[in-house]
Order: sequence, then structure tokens, then C-alpha cells
Amino acid sequence: MSASEPIRVEPDSGEPTPAAQDQPQAVIRLEGVSKQFGGHQVFRDLTLEFRRGETTVVLGASGVGKSVMLKLILGLMKPDAGRIFIDGAEITTLSERRLMPVRMRFGMLFQGSALFDFLTVYENVAFAVREHKNWPEARIREVVRQKLALVDMEGTENLLPEELSGGMRKRVGLARAIAIDPEVILYDEPTTGLDPVTADTINSLLLRCQRELKTTSIVVTHDMASAYKVGDRLVMLHEGGVIADGPPEAIRRHSDVRVQRFIHGDASLAAAPPQGDIP
Amino acid sequence: MGIARPIANVGRFAAEQVGDLGRFTVFSASAFRWIFTDFTRWRLLRPQLYEVGVRSLPVIIFTGAFVGMVLALQSYPQFELLGRASWLGAVVNLSVVKELGPVLAGVMIAGRVGGALAAGLGTMKVTEQIDALRAMGAEPIRHLVVPRFLACLLLIPFLTVYCDFVGIVGGYVVAWGYGVDTHEYWMHSASAIENWDIFAGVFKSVFFGAAIALISCYKGFQSRQGAEGVGRAATEAFVVSFMAILILDLFIVMFLQGLYDALWARTSVFLS
Repeated sequence: MSASEPIRVEPDSGEPTPAAQDQPQAVIRLEGVSKQFGGHQVFRDLTLEFRRGETTVVLGASGVGKSVMLKLILGLMKPDAGRIFIDGAEITTLSERRLMPVRMRFGMLFQGSALFDFLTVYENVAFAVREHKNWPEARIREVVRQKLALVDMEGTENLLPEELSGGMRKRVGLARAIAIDPEVILYDEPTTGLDPVTADTINSLLLRCQRELKTTSIVVTHDMASAYKVGDRLVMLHEGGVIADGPPEAIRRHSDVRVQRFIHGDASLAAAPPQGDIP
Repeated sequence: MGIARPIANVGRFAAEQVGDLGRFTVFSASAFRWIFTDFTRWRLLRPQLYEVGVRSLPVIIFTGAFVGMVLALQSYPQFELLGRASWLGAVVNLSVVKELGPVLAGVMIAGRVGGALAAGLGTMKVTEQIDALRAMGAEPIRHLVVPRFLACLLLIPFLTVYCDFVGIVGGYVVAWGYGVDTHEYWMHSASAIENWDIFAGVFKSVFFGAAIALISCYKGFQSRQGAEGVGRAATEAFVVSFMAILILDLFIVMFLQGLYDALWARTSVFLS
């Protein structure tokens, strides 16, 4: 099977969903997207969509293009070919200025948190609010307080990013991502580099944000514990395309040996997955 | 066949340089567009004013003082041989005000501020802070480049005046040490230096400040991944800024001399 022909697992119907089918609940749609860096083809004719209110976890080995996908969705990078739609409107050809209102609908937690190192925690979280809302400082202060409380980081307002641990930075990054109540939150490796307990705390925060803010979420990770905990749907990328797409249980029982190798973290796995009931 | 490869390499290098110049032009145009359409915010500008102005002052004072003293030390023996030691002030101060003050202040700022700008922005790029700005619907050039550009543009002329002043004081201290008559020293200095000369030095420094800021910010934005990429960006920022200062100096001097000649007839104070 070619990497661009995904095995789509839909246990409810038992039928594969055509990738090109137009679904009204699709908030983001990548259509025939290709992207290349130097001689390395990251995506080859990739078609994928993300549905409203769903938490989709994008899995894949390092360098497979997971973070690139998030940057393509935000318009931080342009695809070499193909089109990207947000709520049915194409953003691929939009200028940087016209992309700004589109980006305001998104929040993104970066892999290394990407907190502005010259600003305090308070100023980091308040940044997007100040940028886009003409609110009095008292109202901004209240928003920052609420968001920091949501991620259990009250009392850190005056600290600089360099004074925070990795887990604290992720939490502040999350507070910053949700500061303007985005419709879609993109998480780039939210648990990478964290100890298992802190990683689980971040997963719980992610679920709490999902529950309380009712957002659409896309989580890029190679942490399977995190994927199973937060994902409504798992998508696995491999060599430029999707090789598996379905709910966590279906992915766990997936027949493709590349999927089984990845989810079990066992490169020596030969062919059959360790569990039966293969679709 | 044998000659094709070197020609191709030259062609590739030229194409890269032209492409880089084009990207720099677009980058600079974008910075100017933001200045004129949406002026930077004070809370963004203030820390840059401190960084560029206040923190550069010690190195500027140090540079100016030593340039003035060395110039006086080297010039004094020749003037003494001619029996015109009191003219030392005219040469030292004219050199400092017209050329050495602005150029050396520019070079020191290119090293201290330019390197720091490129390294800081390069680090922001590799740690995805610039992407984070864009992801939040903010324009990185407006938030990061415009305040740094304005800080350099506004403060480098003041730093140049400081450098000139300290250089003049340094030169006088050496002349005084040699026993040159104070009254005659300053009288000849005053007769040699016109307001135009002071203006010419400060005028040049505005262009030096703009070049340092734009080149350094551009190099930071173009930084490659990793510590080596950031280090290279900082080094390139200094080297290219230094070259830009020298090239700009030549053309600005040519322009100002042409302008001066057109406005006033040129006469030498030493021949009068």
C-alpha cells in the first residue's frame, strides 16, 4: 500500500469514508497538499480533514511532518501544491495581512512553549488580548487571571519564562493559547520533554480546556499514552501521507505493521499485531 | 567542461546574493510601511531605547575618549615640528567631529547592538517565538523590527554627539599634557569647525543607525536553526553592518561635499 492511500477505520459503518467527501462539520480541510524541504518530500498529495468539536491526535515518527501540518493550517507555511480550507474558505492564497483574522480563531501551544522571553507570564498571556481587543487593563487582568487559574498557574504573573520549569512553561503556553477563546486549539507535542506525571497533568489540562471551552483540538504527538487519553480520533502519518485514521480503539487494533510498531514502540515487530480482531 | 563548473558556481553565488538583496529590500520596505501606517507602541519602544541608548553609552564614551587621545598623541609631533602646535585642536576635533566620531560610534554600535539584535531575533526565530507572534495574529516586523529600528535611528545621532564630545575632551587632555596653550587650542578649533561639520557627522550617523538596525534585524530573521545558526547571524550582522557603514560613509561624504560646494565656496582654514 502506498503511503498516500490511508487505511481509514470507521467502526460505526464499517465503510471507509472517501477523503474528498465534503462534510459540513469539517472545520479544517487539507486537500491534495504537498510540501517539500530541499530534497525531502514531507507531504505528497495529502488529503485530511478535522471535524468540529473533535480532538484529533496526529501521530507519526519524528520528521514525518506533524508540526509542519500545524504550520500549514495556520498559514505560517505555504504548501507547494494543494489547498487548505478553514470552514470552507480557502486560506492557501491569502496574504499575511488577510490571514490575521483567520489566525485569531486559533490558539497554538508550541513544542517548546515559545513564550516571549522578554515578557512576563502576565504579559505573555495578555499579549493576544491586547493585540486584538481594545479592552481596559482591568478586564485584561481578569482574563489573564481566569486563564492562569484554568491551568493552575495563579500567582506566577510576574515571573519571566526563564524562571519557569518545562511543565510550567507548557501550562503558561496553554493559557496564552486560550486567552482569546479560540475555536480551534493546535497542540504541538504538548508532553514532549516532560516527566510522566507532569505529562499526565498537561493531558488533564488539555481535556479540561476541551471540556470547558468546547473547542476543536488537533494534538500532534508521538506519546501514545497522551494520544489514547485525549484523542477522539487518531491519525497516523507516514512517508508523506495518512496510513491510519480512526478512533483510538480501532487504531490500537490496526492491521498495518507500521502502525503497530509505532504504537508499541517496537521497531522489531515483524508483521502481525499482538492483538486479534484486526479490521 | 572544465570551465563550466566555476562559471556555474559564480552564477549561483550571484543569484543567491541578488535574491538576498531582494528579500532585504522587501523586509526593509515592510518595516517602513509599518512605521508610516501604524506607529510602534511606547511599551515596545521603551526597552529598545534603553538597550540601544543607555547600555551603549559606556562603550561609546570609552571609544571616543581613546580616539581623541591617540589622534592628539600622533599628530602633536608633526605640528610641533612646524611650530604650530596650537593648531592641533583644529585637526583633532575636525577629524573627530566629521569622520572618526560618527564612523567609530557606528562601528561600536554595530558590534554591540547589531550583534545583540541579530542574536536575540535569531534565538526568537529558532525557539518559534516569531512563529508564535504570527500565530497570534501579530506582525513580527511591526512588533520586533520597528521598535529596534526606531531606537537605533533616534539614538545613534545622540551617541555620536557623545562620542564627538568625549573625543574632543580626550584630545584636549593630551594637548594640555604637552603644554599647548589652551586659549589658542580652542580658538583654532572653533575657527576650523563649522556647524556644517557637526551636522555632517550627525547626518551620517542617522544612516548608519538605520543600516545597522535593518541589517541586524534581517540577519536575525534569516537565522538558521541551532546555536551555530544564531552565532553566524550575529557575526554576519556585524560584518555586513560594518561594510555598509564604510560604503554609506563614502557616498554620504560625496553627497555632502557636493552640496556644500553648491551652497558655499570652499576655502581651507589652513590656507587662510
